[in-house]
Amino acid sequence: MIIVITLLVLMMLASAITACIMKDLISAVIAACVVSLIAAVLFFLLHAPDVAMAEASIGAALVTAVFIIAIKRTKRHEE
Amino acid sequence: MTILIVFAIIIVLGMFFSFLRMLIGPTASDRAVAVDTITTTTVALLVLLAFIFERYVYLDVSLVYALLAFVGLVALARYLERGI
Amino acid sequence: MGIVGMIITGIGVLFLLLGNFGILRLPDVYNRIQAGTKCTTFGAFFTIVGIGILEPNWFWKCLLIAAFVLITNPISSHAIARASKIIGVLLCDKSVIDKTEEFKNEKGV
Repeated sequence: MIIVITLLVLMMLASAITACIMKDLISAVIAACVVSLIAAVLFFLLHAPDVAMAEASIGAALVTAVFIIAIKRTKRHEE
Repeated sequence: MTILIVFAIIIVLGMFFSFLRMLIGPTASDRAVAVDTITTTTVALLVLLAFIFERYVYLDVSLVYALLAFVGLVALARYLERGI
Repeated sequence: MGIVGMIITGIGVLFLLLGNFGILRLPDVYNRIQAGTKCTTFGAFFTIVGIGILEPNWFWKCLLIAAFVLITNPISSHAIARASKIIGVLLCDKSVIDKTEEFKNEKGV
């Protein structure tokens, strides 16, 4: 089980760094979505299913949709 | 029970492959496809982990996960199509 | 019952690994959509139903989750494929034919 947790934490860290350095903001939003999805699995592995459910619903769906609406109102590429 | 943990490790290794595509994908569509695949793989992983932990309640998490990640991906595809 | 469920779960896990490897390996976004939808839907369905066979009390709820995956995964893949066709993502160099050119004048694809 430690191998699963190690791989998931590595993926989460690399995805968070990608979300910081990406110039295309849609790609950054997708990377942030992956951070939330993997965080939900990690909460699940810590025996906290209610927190995992809240993290999956808020992080994956709501934050992604709100960021996409905000990018649609402004512009997509960062200078 | 050991072979189920081996199955979980294999599934996470598969997630790592499509995660690499999410990092290096040239366009935003590639990244969206990779996230779609990661989501479907993770639903299977959560059901498998619920069986390993032997809790019936944990199946609800995978149901909520499948529903809401679907909503996020459809919103993303609607944005890419110019218009939400 | 245990052996049958374990074999079905193993088939599903193998297809999930191959589908994710296809996402990394194939050259084009449409080919990747093909790998990521077909193999992953098949693999997730077989994994979840295999868990339901291993634990018979969970069977109907597992079947509900599997049916949900079976409905939602093609819809999201179709939405992404349509979006990437509309915004003009190119096919790869080895592509032979593009059938959507025939329908371009009939509807505003």
